[in-house]
Amino acid sequence: MQEIKRKFVIPGDKIIEGNIRPLGNALKSGDGIIATRIGIAEAGRDGAKVIPLSGVYLPRVNDIVIGKIKDHSSLSWDVDINSCFTAHLPAQDVFGRDFSPARDDMGRQLSTGDVIISRIATFDRTRDPVLSIQDKDLGKIPHGVILKISATRVPRLIGKRGSMIQTIEQATGTRITIGQNGIIVVSGRTDDGLNLAIDAIHMVEEEAHTSNLTQRIKQLLNVQEPTQPESDTKANNQEDDSNNVLNNGNENVEDKEHGLE
Amino acid sequence: MVQTRSLIDENGKRTDGRVIDELRDVKIGVGIIKNADGSAFIEFGKNKIIVAVYGPREVHPKHMALTDKCVLRCRYHMSPFSTDTRKNPAPSRREVEISKVIREALEPAIILEDYPRAAIDVFIEVLEADGGSRCAGIDAASVALADAGINMRDMVSACAAGKVDDKIVLDINDTEDKEGGADMPIAYLPNLNQISLLQLDGILDSTQFNSCIDNAIKGCLKIYEIQRTALMQKYFGNEKEMELKEE
Repeated sequence: MQEIKRKFVIPGDKIIEGNIRPLGNALKSGDGIIATRIGIAEAGRDGAKVIPLSGVYLPRVNDIVIGKIKDHSSLSWDVDINSCFTAHLPAQDVFGRDFSPARDDMGRQLSTGDVIISRIATFDRTRDPVLSIQDKDLGKIPHGVILKISATRVPRLIGKRGSMIQTIEQATGTRITIGQNGIIVVSGRTDDGLNLAIDAIHMVEEEAHTSNLTQRIKQLLNVQEPTQPESDTKANNQEDDSNNVLNNGNENVEDKEHGLE
Repeated sequence: MVQTRSLIDENGKRTDGRVIDELRDVKIGVGIIKNADGSAFIEFGKNKIIVAVYGPREVHPKHMALTDKCVLRCRYHMSPFSTDTRKNPAPSRREVEISKVIREALEPAIILEDYPRAAIDVFIEVLEADGGSRCAGIDAASVALADAGINMRDMVSACAAGKVDDKIVLDINDTEDKEGGADMPIAYLPNLNQISLLQLDGILDSTQFNSCIDNAIKGCLKIYEIQRTALMQKYFGNEKEMELKEE
């Protein structure tokens, strides 16, 4: 998008006039595009969209989400993914093709209360989302502190190419796993580091839409020098991955919403 | 309704000191309930109303869910201490009706098709009532829905107009409602220029009716500005322009 114009909008505000495509959270009305959410409107040559500042999580295909096992039937687990829909994790996804409800004990792999990180395999709003853990770094999360933030704040918490989350991880010596549904698992060796990381995450959530946030986070964490992104730790690579997934996810939702318009 | 005493004095002032086309003082606070997805508090003159919005969330009981769109549920409730004499907290016939008309006033603004098989719950709790509480409830509910990040075509602003001493007045208060000639609450979608609620208690001729609608819409537009300011203040503070530089 070139020549991006940005402004603050509330529902019903006209973003731009003319024959322009509505992208996310925007609607064609009369001779222009109107916003449907509170947020920052962006209008360019490709179309107009609103980056929302509030709202609950709605699943999107290929999102990486963290969920808690609520229950299981003979063929799948029910997973709470902090959304208005309960997700399902098919037992075949965990046991493989030759899963048999008579032979295999589902409780041996995942039991009620377990926390998993998974990818949304399919979802189209007419049916509940189906999850998959068949990918690198997906599966059961053994330990950590679970936090919940608004899903609209997740991109800010990750930052440009994972800058924000790397800053927090490096300064506190913790490992932070972020689900796009706003569930976060923080694990680390020391309580001080954990608490500091939790404070920083809450600060990002509360002040997500303000500028110079990275500077203030660095102040909170007592980071003297601006840390350069390093590629030696495993955690960083993982966060880069999740950031890529985030970008892909955004593209997907835009495509999907074109289809609906 | 037959008016028994004059409610506008010789200086053109009403019982609470306002002139005929003046709104009561309106204050709106946004995001005051942490556990709700969206919330608002409105002071509309002496009315004090708190609104919480939850959702989109799972529908319980499940059979209420619709496959093609979201279910909108509204609950307008007056606290026992909201009126002069204690109000029985059980939902009255009046409250059930107002819940329904508020739901129907908000429905055209919300894009319910975006959230099939889900529910949005709106709880409107009147802490203090002084006439026009359904309008104030709609104003706050609309702000709370926007705060909850629910896709909306437009905001909803509501305001009443009516007849007192055969004059068309804006924003009827409790005394004018009980003793005046007519009361007409209107909910209005300001950008789409649509009316989503129109009730009338009393008798108006066609010119009075038109004048009432025009007056109420002017009031709604003033309320819309207040709603807008409240939301902008909550989300963007005093910043007017967004810095293009991103960290």
